[in-house]
Amino acid sequence: MPKNDVELVKYLQKAIAEEAKGLPKMVFMEVCGTHTMAIYKNALQQLLPNNIKLISGPGCPVCVTPMNYIDELVAIGKTGAIITTFGDMLRVPGSRISLQQAAAQGVDVRIVYSPLEALEIAEVYADKAVVFAGIGFETTAPLVAVAIVKAKQKALKNFFVLTAHKTMPSALTTLLRDNKTINGLLCPGHVAVVTGSDYFHFVSKELGLAAVIAGFEAHDIMQSILMLVKQCKAGITKLENQYSRMVTAEGNTKAMSLMNEVFEPSDGLWRGLGNIKNGSLVIRAKFKAYDAKEKFTVFTGSVQEDENCLCGQILKGLARPADCKLFGDMCTPEHPIGACMVSSEGSCAAHYRYGR
Amino acid sequence: MKNDVVLLAHGSGGGLYHQLVNELFVPAFYDKADVLADSAVLNNQAGDLAFTTDSFVVQPRKFSGGDIGHLAVCGTVNDLAVSGAVPKYLSAGFIIEEGLSITELKDICASMAKTAKEAGVAIVTGDTKVVKAGQADGIYINTAGIGFMPKGRKLDSRLLGEGDVIILSGTMGDHGATVMAAREAFAFSENQQSDAVPLNGLIEVLLKAVPNTKVLRDPTRGGVATTLNEWCEEANVTIELEEAALPIKPEVQSFCDILGLEPLYVANEGKFLVGLPQEFAEAALKALKSHPLGKDAAVIGRVTKNNQAQVYLNTAYGSQRILQMLSGAQLPRIC
Repeated sequence: MPKNDVELVKYLQKAIAEEAKGLPKMVFMEVCGTHTMAIYKNALQQLLPNNIKLISGPGCPVCVTPMNYIDELVAIGKTGAIITTFGDMLRVPGSRISLQQAAAQGVDVRIVYSPLEALEIAEVYADKAVVFAGIGFETTAPLVAVAIVKAKQKALKNFFVLTAHKTMPSALTTLLRDNKTINGLLCPGHVAVVTGSDYFHFVSKELGLAAVIAGFEAHDIMQSILMLVKQCKAGITKLENQYSRMVTAEGNTKAMSLMNEVFEPSDGLWRGLGNIKNGSLVIRAKFKAYDAKEKFTVFTGSVQEDENCLCGQILKGLARPADCKLFGDMCTPEHPIGACMVSSEGSCAAHYRYGR
Repeated sequence: MKNDVVLLAHGSGGGLYHQLVNELFVPAFYDKADVLADSAVLNNQAGDLAFTTDSFVVQPRKFSGGDIGHLAVCGTVNDLAVSGAVPKYLSAGFIIEEGLSITELKDICASMAKTAKEAGVAIVTGDTKVVKAGQADGIYINTAGIGFMPKGRKLDSRLLGEGDVIILSGTMGDHGATVMAAREAFAFSENQQSDAVPLNGLIEVLLKAVPNTKVLRDPTRGGVATTLNEWCEEANVTIELEEAALPIKPEVQSFCDILGLEPLYVANEGKFLVGLPQEFAEAALKALKSHPLGKDAAVIGRVTKNNQAQVYLNTAYGSQRILQMLSGAQLPRIC
């Protein structure tokens, strides 16, 4: 019986090798930036037999945010507004500069750990507009919804959110509907904590993929891979919940209802993947007073991605970081060209830092 | 002193300036009132001098386990000590924001004096400038330091070669985690403190026991990973670290896990890395552990190859990954 984490991972490594013996090649995709990091930090691919390949999908919210979102934030900041943001966004390159560079030019940019901090800033600086960069999937959107609801309760006139929230189901369906290479999905554990596991039934039912909701420790991911292999071996596709210590079938219904109270689905651009129907969240009419898009009119022009940037293909799991001409040469964590490199959880950043 | 806050006039060289120097700085730093000349003239020794400088701008200025003054002395003393020098003299230059409370300034100086005494160094000269409100974030401190190099002692990262062992003198990430938690007003474990401390005593114990030590360095900003990458670049060697051997306090690991930070990149102010020949590793550990500041010392890796500059981490699970230098600042993640 494994006595600790290390023994457990070694036990699972053996079990996976046994189970996978003689099977044709299996490709599993993860769609959560935290999974990307955990897999790279523990170099889990090295613990798997040759017929199992792990690839990274579009799980990093920073990576799928269009470049001109940054341009919009910078433009709003230059009007004198205080820009509040999660740390991850600071170094994302816009078409010209990042928020970090804008800060060096005098834009008031502040890192917050929660949108509620941005709310506090708005209360302290009542004479300034405070704009929160609303990025993240279903894990983050409910908390931003709370901030907006509280802003309304407090009748704040200077708090706004520039939304770029995205939701999983439409994007995954768009990406994987015609998929022929991927056999199974490691489903995002943190999103599932909020949405509940039932939210992901479409992965097996509609997309025909083996699906396991996975936790984030090395042993969680290894156990989830074992579960995916077993499904492939048995020729079945169903949704299983490996992260059952945190994920229930219905999830955090209060969080979901708050999210749905404040936001509604909308078509929107996913960087590298194009327009995804109902893949984004926008603020409902009832809360439009807190929508930065209503308050600020900023013209940022159209944005061209570097034609050599493979982020789009990489996000779809159709290319690997090393396939990109720019990788490691023109495009590095110090000088990122595509968002996959700049976010610490992007595939390229992870590969550059851990995998070469 | 009549004023409770520092005024622009305190930096102007006139009466208020002299009052600040004579009633605040001199009593804090000098045992006896002597003629305050433009330079401190010091007794020299035969041999080489080590000379270093560092500036301190930490926010918040006070945190569990220390303050900016304590850090300003530790930082420079330790830079001298890891070079193999015996730290002797420090200068202290202050750039003060108009409006800083005199009480806070007194407390900072008292802290510097206490730490200097603990380290056995004298603060012998200084300077004060006062800038307009809105500049200098309260106070910026620069300390420069002089130390004497014992004859024959040569510490140099370029001496590292295949077979050498890497030791870390204690748990990593304590300082950076404490300051980050204080900055964001996170409730952190009440045991958690910055590890900032003068290391010259511990280093002398080590170097006396193992004079064949090749190199020392304190992994401050950028953490252990960045310092080891520096050594690999300088010596053109490959270092492999063992993840399971890295000493870290559980509360620091948890803090880093929650924010998505890696302890290997978090700053330390009271620890140092040692590179030394394998045959002396036992003796080095024994010497370090004999001292209260070295009780958690551990071998964390070895130099495995010459002619290739790379740091690898061998995970507890038997896999291996590259350990890069820190690029930019570590940014806590979104979700």
